[in-house]
Amino acid sequence: MKAGALHLGLPALLAVLGLTLPEYHQGNLARIMVLAVYAGGYNLLFGYAGLLSLGHAMFFAAGLYGMGLAVRFWGLPPASAFALGLAAGAALAAGLGALALRARGVAFMIVTLMFSQAIALTILYFGDITRGDEGFVLQPAQRQLWGIDLSQPDPRFWAAWALFSVTLLLILWLVRRPFGKALVAIRENEERTRMLGYDTYALKWRAVVISGTLSAASGAAYGLLFGYVGATFAGVQYSILPLLWVLLGGAGTVAGPFLGTLFMFYLIDYASGITSAYMMLAGLALVLLTLFAPGGLAGEVRRRWAGWLP
Amino acid sequence: MSLLETRGLSKTFAGLTAVDGVDLTLQTGEIRGLIGPNGAGKTTLVGLLCGRIEPTAGSVSFEGRAITHLPAHRRIRAGMAYTFQITSVFARLSLAENVALAARRRFPSGAADREAASALDRVGLGARGADIAGDMAYGHQRLLEIAMGIVQKPRLLIMDEPTQGLSDAEIERFQTLVRALAGETAVLLIEHNMNVVRALAHRVTVLNFGTILAEGTPDEIHADPAVQAAYLGTG
Repeated sequence: MKAGALHLGLPALLAVLGLTLPEYHQGNLARIMVLAVYAGGYNLLFGYAGLLSLGHAMFFAAGLYGMGLAVRFWGLPPASAFALGLAAGAALAAGLGALALRARGVAFMIVTLMFSQAIALTILYFGDITRGDEGFVLQPAQRQLWGIDLSQPDPRFWAAWALFSVTLLLILWLVRRPFGKALVAIRENEERTRMLGYDTYALKWRAVVISGTLSAASGAAYGLLFGYVGATFAGVQYSILPLLWVLLGGAGTVAGPFLGTLFMFYLIDYASGITSAYMMLAGLALVLLTLFAPGGLAGEVRRRWAGWLP
Repeated sequence: MSLLETRGLSKTFAGLTAVDGVDLTLQTGEIRGLIGPNGAGKTTLVGLLCGRIEPTAGSVSFEGRAITHLPAHRRIRAGMAYTFQITSVFARLSLAENVALAARRRFPSGAADREAASALDRVGLGARGADIAGDMAYGHQRLLEIAMGIVQKPRLLIMDEPTQGLSDAEIERFQTLVRALAGETAVLLIEHNMNVVRALAHRVTVLNFGTILAEGTPDEIHADPAVQAAYLGTG
């Protein structure tokens, strides 16, 4: 009950912030919420099922390009283009997940990294369609959802807010169901879980598909709300970022991915105001947090004060 | 009809035959002791029964159904339960959640929590449901393993050295618990503590060098000269 109230409180707080923040921070927060969906999807696999993927950018990119190409070439309206982005991410996760899960531990990391690199190179190879590194812009005219202009700050914020809130509650619901608890069991001791009668391969596969689909939702929304589709989003740094956000915020916590994304976004924002070597400051903060709060922000709260935090 | 039957079950690891042509039959509801010197192949044999290990040759059937090539999780769902020799609990989760994870395969979520609480009660850990499993003493982790086994209400419960590390009082309680299961549940007990075997087992199977050396009531086994030579005499 406490947990439910807390996680309804977060969207409520964000809604208040959306109404009161100056435009610059409102825009930042919209971006953070969309990326936090990505982090949340990543966390379901990494934080709950204990599977470390180094290739989630391919799912983000599948959503981004599935949506973007549908708009660019077929002139699809945002809602159906978004759905197509989700479907692209889900299909990719279902197919590659089934293959990658044959590998375990470090091998799983390598396999996901390689798959993701292959997807990124494919996007570059078909540069005449995808426009490669340069990417392409979605015009405001192409981003009208049911008469709402998603290129405007306010609608953009509320679209991001709605997506974030829905996925946050979805993840909260998932991890408290037997499915989510079985994922935690796999993370803690897979062999034991198998010997309790759980089909651990099937459970992990479902986790990959849900995680990939959420990542694709984030990618598709990112393209729609910020109007740009480019190959950088398929690169390896976009596979590492969700890992960092989740580690900072707290792996295996529902609110952690958002906190981590928020923290790192403003850390870089602040550090880049001081020095051009802002990634060094960001790196230092990451090292310190990892040393002194290895459970991340929300993990530390759970450890010290609130053992019930999901 | 017998509950579990193996025919010519064998397992070879890189030239070393750990289990060699074992024909084993368990009846519904019986308590069977499985004993043998260290390295006799006991853990490998039960690993073959519950599907942790693929056999090199031979067959296993459970309730009349061939399960030789069924993966472990499907065998567990078919009504087997297995408790590990080296405690293998979820160290960072609570006792209640450990047992509930075992129960959820059989019961819907709410009922699973109730069954888990009752299983913890039966092994004497009822008051400690909220404690973290990894923080408990070794003997208590063994009891938790047993609770995770019985909560599944299996047709066959395979326990690999369940009393290792338990106090005399806890062993007493364990024996009461296993006797109460018998009839409904067949229990296959790998056990080094001969007092426990004599107190519980209806029949005893002795394994030596991967083959069955003798089978009979605890008293017959105790009196068997071959068994004494191979095992009791040196133990």
